Amino acid sequence: LAGARSSVAGAMAMDKLTKYEDVTSYNNFYEFGTDKSDPAQNAHTLKTRPWTVAIEGECAKPGRYGIEDLLKLAPMEERIYRLRCVEGWSMVIPWEGYSLAELLKKAEPTSKAKYVEFTTLADKSQMPGVRSGVLDWPYIEGLRIDEAMHPLTLMAFGLYGEVLPNQNGAPLRLVVPWKYGFKSAKSIVKIRFTEQQPVSSWTKAAQQEYGFYSNVNPKVDHPRWSQATERRIGEDGFFAKKRATLMFNGYESQVGQLYAGMDLKKNF
Amino acid sequence: MSSAPARVVPPTRPTPRQPRRHPLLHPVAKPVLFVLCLLPLAWYAYGVVTFQLGANPAEAVIRGLGDWTLRLLWVTLAITPLRQWTGQPALARFRRMVGVFTFFYATLHLVAYAFLDMSLDLPEIAKDIAKRPFILMGFAAWLMLVPLAATSFNRAIKALGAKRWQWLHKLVYAIAIVGLMHFIWMRAGKNNFAEPAVYGAILAVLLGWRVWKRLR
Repeated sequence: LAGARSSVAGAMAMDKLTKYEDVTSYNNFYEFGTDKSDPAQNAHTLKTRPWTVAIEGECAKPGRYGIEDLLKLAPMEERIYRLRCVEGWSMVIPWEGYSLAELLKKAEPTSKAKYVEFTTLADKSQMPGVRSGVLDWPYIEGLRIDEAMHPLTLMAFGLYGEVLPNQNGAPLRLVVPWKYGFKSAKSIVKIRFTEQQPVSSWTKAAQQEYGFYSNVNPKVDHPRWSQATERRIGEDGFFAKKRATLMFNGYESQVGQLYAGMDLKKNF
Repeated sequence: MSSAPARVVPPTRPTPRQPRRHPLLHPVAKPVLFVLCLLPLAWYAYGVVTFQLGANPAEAVIRGLGDWTLRLLWVTLAITPLRQWTGQPALARFRRMVGVFTFFYATLHLVAYAFLDMSLDLPEIAKDIAKRPFILMGFAAWLMLVPLAATSFNRAIKALGAKRWQWLHKLVYAIAIVGLMHFIWMRAGKNNFAEPAVYGAILAVLLGWRVWKRLR
């Protein structure tokens, strides 16, 4: 699945890569359990073929795409992104995929399409975590249309040159590198253009803690912990100091203008 | 006919039974418990050195030490009810050691947080305690453990007088509740209440039993 190095501005972070073993063993994917090690242990039951993604809502050309078509829809690119989890840890991951905009443009969104809502698979028979009441299933995430169309917003199909491991959101997932990790929905089955702002699952679960934007921002703390620093997984051993978190996770020059004039404390 | 000489069978004297020592009273019982209480710490030390704690060993150590603090505190609180349910008064002699180990793990948990999470930046730690309710809860629980650990030897009991000492050590109930709140609050952000619910249910039994005894 190896693609050519991406030429999109900001797509090739210069940071040291997080080890493949850490990227694939330390995951938040509640459909497979709430412990970080649960997804790697349980996700083997996920069936990624056949797989279709429905595209609906405010667009001229809704439709259903098979995973085989999606893989061929645009050339694969390699992109090295920093991933910052809202919990205060981070990784650097080489993804394979293409800009989500490539797919969205095919559907020809109308002028009413102000937002994009992503729905992910919630199948009890494949996903043991869906039986728990931790979240309201299926998992829903959303982006503003300009965020979704931004070239850095990635539809990922692989990592480290390989097909996505199930625990990382196979067969296709979103990667929005300037937002906290939970915004990047995994194992997507539906993409919907909407006029109203979608309600994400985490916002629904705890409105005061997880906002719609959830942009990485060291100056706006989570109500229960500071977001000023982060632990880079696998960096410098057990006693490593945490590193400073960067505004928009270091993608400010690429995405800052999307939020010009907005109060980021209010729109957290 | 001669009669065979009567064989004299020596009467079997009932040998005085050696009173078997109850295993709980065995002299090695306490050293064994001491070593058992050190095993979790040994595991985490070994896990760090041999890279067996996953991708985020610092988090695993901080959380693991917190888990064991709660577990040992729950064991401490279970000793009195167990002693009465099972009719094993000897259990009482282990309570102090488990209680002191609770403080030991709570202190390690605090030190691990201060060192691994906060890089020993004391002003930042002070801000963190003031700002985050779940950190405040954990810190308050640790503070309340200090006077209990400090009065855990016999001379302290004498100096305070048994009554006052017992009154002071009732603080353990508040510590358990605050400690549980610290755990629930820590998990609340991720809606992950399965484990805190188990700890809460066990604590409800341990404290409920005491209330019930009182009211009866």
